[in-house]
Amino acid sequence: MNRLKTSILGAFAFAAMAGTALAEDVTLTIATVNNGDMIRMQKLTDDFSSLNPGIKLNWVTLEENDLRQKVTKDITTKGGQYDVLTIGMYETPIWGAKGWLVELKGLDDPQDILPAVSGGLSANGKLYAAPFYGESSFVMYRKDLMEKAGLKMSDAPTWDEIIAAAAKMTDRANGVNGICLRGKAGWGENMAFIGSMANSFGARWFDEQWKPQFDTQEWKDTLNTYLKVMKDYGPQGASGNGFSENLALFQSGKCGMWADATAAASFVIDPKASKVADQVGFTIAPDKGLGKRANWLWAWALAVPAGSKKVDAAQKFIGWATSKHYAELVASKEGWANVPPGTRTSLYANPEYAKVPFAKMTLNSMNAADPAHPTVKPVPYVGVQFASIPEFAGIGTKVGELFSAALAGQISADDALKQAQSYTTAEMTKAGYIK
Amino acid sequence: MARKQPVVRTLFVTVLAWIVGLIMFFPIFWTAVAALKTESDAYTLPLNWLSTPWTLENFGIVQDRSNYALYIRNTVVIAFLSTILGLCFAVPAAWSMAFAPVKEPSISWSGKRWLATIFLTAFVVGLGLYALNWDLTNRAALGLGALIITTVPLTLWVFSRNTTDALLWMLSTKMMPPAGALIPIYLIFTRNGLVFKDWGWIDLTEWNLMDSFWGMVPLMMLLNLPIIIWMLFTYFKEIPDEILEASRMDGASLWNEITKILLPMAVPGIVSTCLLNLILAWNEAFWSLNLTNRYAAPLSFMISEYSSPEGQFWAKLSAASLMAIVPILIIGWFSQRQLVRGLTFGAVK
Amino acid sequence: MATTHSQRLGRWVLAPSLAVLSGWAFVPLVIAIYFSFLRYNLQSDNTGWIGLNNFYYFFTDPYFLKNLINTVLLVSFTLATTVIGGVFLALLLDQPFWGRGVVRILMISPFFIMPTVSSLVWKNLIMHPVFGLFAAIQTYFGVLQPLDWFASAPLLSVTIIVSWQWLPYATLILLTALQSLDEEQKDASEMDGAGPIAYFRYIVLPHLARPIAVVVLIETIFLLNIFAEIKVTSAGGFAGNLTYLVFSDLNDSNDIGEAAAGGLVAVVLANLISYFLVRVVGKNLEA
Repeated sequence: MNRLKTSILGAFAFAAMAGTALAEDVTLTIATVNNGDMIRMQKLTDDFSSLNPGIKLNWVTLEENDLRQKVTKDITTKGGQYDVLTIGMYETPIWGAKGWLVELKGLDDPQDILPAVSGGLSANGKLYAAPFYGESSFVMYRKDLMEKAGLKMSDAPTWDEIIAAAAKMTDRANGVNGICLRGKAGWGENMAFIGSMANSFGARWFDEQWKPQFDTQEWKDTLNTYLKVMKDYGPQGASGNGFSENLALFQSGKCGMWADATAAASFVIDPKASKVADQVGFTIAPDKGLGKRANWLWAWALAVPAGSKKVDAAQKFIGWATSKHYAELVASKEGWANVPPGTRTSLYANPEYAKVPFAKMTLNSMNAADPAHPTVKPVPYVGVQFASIPEFAGIGTKVGELFSAALAGQISADDALKQAQSYTTAEMTKAGYIK
Repeated sequence: MARKQPVVRTLFVTVLAWIVGLIMFFPIFWTAVAALKTESDAYTLPLNWLSTPWTLENFGIVQDRSNYALYIRNTVVIAFLSTILGLCFAVPAAWSMAFAPVKEPSISWSGKRWLATIFLTAFVVGLGLYALNWDLTNRAALGLGALIITTVPLTLWVFSRNTTDALLWMLSTKMMPPAGALIPIYLIFTRNGLVFKDWGWIDLTEWNLMDSFWGMVPLMMLLNLPIIIWMLFTYFKEIPDEILEASRMDGASLWNEITKILLPMAVPGIVSTCLLNLILAWNEAFWSLNLTNRYAAPLSFMISEYSSPEGQFWAKLSAASLMAIVPILIIGWFSQRQLVRGLTFGAVK
Repeated sequence: MATTHSQRLGRWVLAPSLAVLSGWAFVPLVIAIYFSFLRYNLQSDNTGWIGLNNFYYFFTDPYFLKNLINTVLLVSFTLATTVIGGVFLALLLDQPFWGRGVVRILMISPFFIMPTVSSLVWKNLIMHPVFGLFAAIQTYFGVLQPLDWFASAPLLSVTIIVSWQWLPYATLILLTALQSLDEEQKDASEMDGAGPIAYFRYIVLPHLARPIAVVVLIETIFLLNIFAEIKVTSAGGFAGNLTYLVFSDLNDSNDIGEAAAGGLVAVVLANLISYFLVRVVGKNLEA
């Protein structure tokens, strides 16, 4: 019996060894999100390896929500599975302040990073994550459909203009919906859009005493407008549409307008993937004359967890991936339109990049977002479409589910807001914000 | 005596049965069609699935993008090793339950006995911690101590049950909602969890169960162990006691009795047990999604990467799905008759 | 009969299995009980004891009641569909017809498909309101706004997917049971002049009682913890069950304390249900 057990253990050991090849070199395990820019980077890593022999890269590519959950669990339980993390503007300030991230040194020209972005990735004045790409949101529209409707898109539209245009473009018999917006539940999905829309309507998540504000008229107006627009001019199945679903709809010509991430621009003008590539126009996100526009600010950034034993190699890699050199590398291989946008001032000063149709509008949108003062009325939190507190992820997800249910017609807008208010109040009380 | 049926009736049954069968199979067929189309054609599939060109490119893209070979190797390793490991535990257990059943619980648990057991365990744990020179203010030491003091009496209770109760108790461990156990297991799997520490004579701080076969194989074994034991138990039950007794009369040792007589007779049962375990391990998703990343990630993990990537992805999704299900589908087809017994814990043969 | 020698040995060889299963069942449970009394958000660490508040917040969560009802509905709908459908299909497949082997293989296939795969395929290729097969059929018949399955009827959609996976299971088991109904009984009943309905009512149904009980028990075990079908289709907000609620407390809110409390509630509920089931069905299993 003992011999049997020994041989079985041996078989295990063998299998386990086969999985982890012993290497003299440093191997970095990098957790990334499975979007186009990150996958492009994985294909270009030969350049990094030739510059840094002895550093091997090991990619863990995950869907956005899975990535967030895994990375959060890993860093909070100090699991140490990853040497480089891909995180966003929400996590970085919280984790940086907790001392869970290493302050980044040795970046390529850190002064060049757009101030709004570097501000959102810092805590206590120290930069804890280097932006790989940054995005705001804006409106993409079909020039041909606008023309057919006899309209012209303004450079600074209001919500009334957008809604009027959506009404004119909608032609459901021919499968054209006036406007496509996010409806899939999630704080990074529908709440990114509705949250920034609420900012333009003068609403806010919390007042200065951290009291949730869903019982205010501003939120009521936001949600009712959103629901009405989606019901009258939106696509079928909108409550299940996130970024990728809307992208597929817009690319196949089923949307007149689409308000979403600036990072979508390079996909909708790519003739290989998009049927409407040559008909797309861009304009800044709408407002309601209250001084704030409905655009968010987000960046996917690379960070090193504290306690990592490979900090030097990890910093080298981050330096490479976020450098100007990398931007030029992508430009030479795939064209300027595919360079990761939204991180560096110098990119937008580059005359080659200025020829890309969405370059100027992206920069304008990013500059229009102010994470420190996101709303019309004052708030105690930082972040445009989110609040940088640990409890927000849970609250944002639940509220997103309620609004998504309202969009699907399962509960009324009033019920959704009422439940959002009571749920958020309970969570904030439990967490000790509301005394 | 076979009954004769009118041809019309047979024809009617044939048509009806084929319609039902095709409807049930249709989603799988449809996936295969989508996997053989280009990305933009896959989006208009119902209109043009016959008229658009067929292509094999998606399978190449899936291998390029997610390294299918790695995931299928991991799946096979986890499924097979966990099955073998499970048999090591289950064969003796099932033998014991089938041929040496315990009729009555050996201990009746009164409140007094519970208290006594708990105090005794606490005493032993205290002695152990003292002997190991552990710092009693250390939270990990205290946590480990408290854990032992609570689980050991419960385990003793399980040990003292009679065979029928023990079998039903095993079944009830399958009812445990996995979400409730996730964080404890997660903490045990990461190296700074409650358990793996520098214990003085053995240093386990560098040892990480997360995303390794060392963690996934035993875990998968534990998930399916109740089913394996039940299934083997029902097969062993069918072997008449008399055969074993006859061999005992001839002076065969217990070891010989088991290896020379019992196991050969039970081979068909063991094989179908293995098949069922393979299928269950192959399709497991919850723990694989939460506890693996790359080194030990199985196919269900690969598929989840396709749940929401950017832009159009249906053809790629279908190709990846097909690559993940075809091997186990074929195994399932060949073993369907044997599976019934395993799937019903032996209640239907 | 077993000797005392083999009795003693039997205890020893059973011990390893019982020990590992006890560890598997009790260690996480005890740790979860400990966590359920803590105020513990992963991103803000353990901030001390909170008494029974985690349970209070879990029970007052507006999702608790809804997800509890969803859990019950999902389990009972699926059980009803698979058992009734399974009896019909088993009776059908028990008849002699051409191509039985092939039809059997076609029928059983869905059971071997990974839950993640079947959810993605149903959600995207079949139930999608714009590009899906159902939508195409509706459009063909002139419906302008095809049904948006996961928005209009999320629970039904999830039930359909789950039933599709479990109907083959019920059919296969009931069919096997039917085939063990011996020919003589069939013939005897025919000679008695019993009509097909009486035959079904007095011969077949009693014979199937035990396999049906088994199907109910086993399916309940798996259906209570349905997870992939809800997570992958993003139906959690509408059609989530208790397992999903605990998962979402854990992974979306990072709230270890409340997730542990919810997990314990789910354990208690599952054990309540299993207690009755196992008592009722357990006798059948032993006989």
